[in-house]
Amino acid sequence: MITTTIKLASIGILALLASNTIAAADLKISIVYLEHETQRQPVLSSLVSWPDDEGEIGAVVGISDNNTTGKFLKHEYTLERIIVAADDDIIAAAENALAGSRLVIANVSADNLLKIANLPQAQNDLIFNAGSADNILRDTDCHANILHTLPSRAMLTDSLMQFLNKRRWNSVFLLEGNRKVDQAFADSVRRSATKYRISIDHEKRWIDDSDFRRSAASEIPVFTQARKYDVVIVADEDDDFGQYVLYNTWLPRPVAGTAGIEPTAWDRVVEQWGAIQLHNRFTETAARPMNSIDYAAWAAARTIGEAVTRTKSIEPSELKTYILGNDFSLAGFKGTKMTYRKWNGQLRQPIPLVHPQSLVALAPIEGFLHQSSELDTIGLDQPESKCQAME
Amino acid sequence: MNTMNKLKSTAVLACLFTFSHNASANWIYVSNEKDDTVSVIDSETNEVIKTISVGERPRGVTLSHDFKYLFICASDSDTVQMMDIATDKIIHNLPSGEDPEQFALHPDNKHLYIANEDDAVATVVDIETRKVVAQIDVGVEPEGMAVSHHGKWAIVTSETTNMAHWIDTEKQEIFDNTLVDQRPRDAAFNADDTELWVSSEIGGTVSVIETETRTITNVINFEIKGVSAHRIQPVGIELTSDGKYAFIALGPSNHLAVVDRKTYKPIKYLLVGKRVWHTALSPDEDKLYTTNGVSGDVTVIDVATLKATKSVKVGRYPWGAAILPKEHIPN
Repeated sequence: MITTTIKLASIGILALLASNTIAAADLKISIVYLEHETQRQPVLSSLVSWPDDEGEIGAVVGISDNNTTGKFLKHEYTLERIIVAADDDIIAAAENALAGSRLVIANVSADNLLKIANLPQAQNDLIFNAGSADNILRDTDCHANILHTLPSRAMLTDSLMQFLNKRRWNSVFLLEGNRKVDQAFADSVRRSATKYRISIDHEKRWIDDSDFRRSAASEIPVFTQARKYDVVIVADEDDDFGQYVLYNTWLPRPVAGTAGIEPTAWDRVVEQWGAIQLHNRFTETAARPMNSIDYAAWAAARTIGEAVTRTKSIEPSELKTYILGNDFSLAGFKGTKMTYRKWNGQLRQPIPLVHPQSLVALAPIEGFLHQSSELDTIGLDQPESKCQAME
Repeated sequence: MNTMNKLKSTAVLACLFTFSHNASANWIYVSNEKDDTVSVIDSETNEVIKTISVGERPRGVTLSHDFKYLFICASDSDTVQMMDIATDKIIHNLPSGEDPEQFALHPDNKHLYIANEDDAVATVVDIETRKVVAQIDVGVEPEGMAVSHHGKWAIVTSETTNMAHWIDTEKQEIFDNTLVDQRPRDAAFNADDTELWVSSEIGGTVSVIETETRTITNVINFEIKGVSAHRIQPVGIELTSDGKYAFIALGPSNHLAVVDRKTYKPIKYLLVGKRVWHTALSPDEDKLYTTNGVSGDVTVIDVATLKATKSVKVGRYPWGAAILPKEHIPN
């Protein structure tokens, strides 16, 4: 309850600021930010936490960027925030909010995203998925009214495998966690390994029955005992155990995946390509680093901003046509222009491979060629995607 | 072996020239973003003759019209520094606003137009009184700056707003905006102020804008054999005063484009250093210098033959360049 009031209060302040700076807008663009708070399972380390406002602040900064541009064109952007508690009904909230033609930035699970996209009220909406990396949303379960600004897991794991291939770390020890998301990540690793001819020579399921903070140095070497592997890949999206694997493996090998070298949409260590400016704008608003969900929400808001600026329209169908067309591009501080894949609505984007202090590499890795865009060497390329809905 | 000999002989030449006098050579001032220094290259020997310590993260550099002072955007020091050419001493830190990145000096040699990248404003400073004359709200991440030769207009490009903002220099107000492609980085007027050229780094294009109507009349695209399109990122623009060529630095493609100003088509691509950002033309317009951020060097281009003739190692992340004509070199 307290958090809701604070949020409402801050919206009020933002609205005030906006009305001071923008006089008599010719075009008003209202964007819905729809979030279903997640109830996270507990993790071992007390250092692991998730910001309450992840995604939301990304959208706020995107809207603010749009308004700076908008004031020269008399375009005014507003953000309507609908944040539903974990045990409340997100679908009911969406039914109320999405009637009419709406532009929506969604930070919800894949299951709920599909339910929302199928609502009769949402049929004329344009929904940006900033919350789910599930491959299936870019594949058989794709939807005509959903575009994806968050990279799919396939984009992340393809990027990692390109890097492994380049470094000739050809043999993998895969350590898979027990949660649903871990299985999704591990499956994506397997798919990408086949694509980039990396061999998964050992696989083990994590056993989460003890406090590894105390016993990592004795348990992990035994757990990762094998005669040969070049790299350990950890599939542990909630950071429950992955961080304890580093430097404790049986063979002295690097760790990658959800710990060690991590493929990600965005991280504070991305500081080239003008990225510092975006980090600065973000931390002014949030007093914490910008993460991947924030970046995806920011990219969604900026995509809408770009499309409205160029088309002078606020009609979702017209914006979608422009966004998927050849004239659209978005500058996203990752060194190259970003566009959308026509076949499944995924935002093409480079994937930084990071460790906590620095960028290791940026995928697509040089040398992986493609007939139309090297960015399509990561993630579901047209022949790989079974998406039919995008026509 | 050959290269070593050449290097040695240039070194000897460099000594000879510094001990004699310098009247036959121009000086090229190059800011080194990651070293907090400015390197000075002698155009005769193509050697760095001195390295001057300046403020933090120096980026844009420009000379006063009387060639007495060098202005340096010391971005992380949040100031524009004014350096005396005769003594190499910083004599003033101008109130530039936060994070100054690029600037342009008005023909009146008095008003400096500064882009404040982190603040979405442009600051106008009077360099005589060293006071801020105006701050103008512009788009997100202002970067490129230009003032027309007749002095009536100043241009700021904003990288995330994707606009060239037109500032009336009498009123210090924006009077128009021209939407261009993604991430506009640099702007330049042609000699008679009929055209404004704006480069778009992420869009991969250069827009030519008719100044009378402030609408785009030509969009120049680039294509280099063997270089993927996404690496072609136009940044620095240099226009020759005879109206013949435009030189466009193409960033991480490591090439410089030569554009024919009659047809608005690229006619040649020259391989230069890695991540080429900005360029400077010599006073006689016979030589062009490019700053290559990643390889840490400056490429010298012969304008008559359109060939890269030399590369000069400077500091880390060379960013901007400004040229002091030989007749103004201090004794």
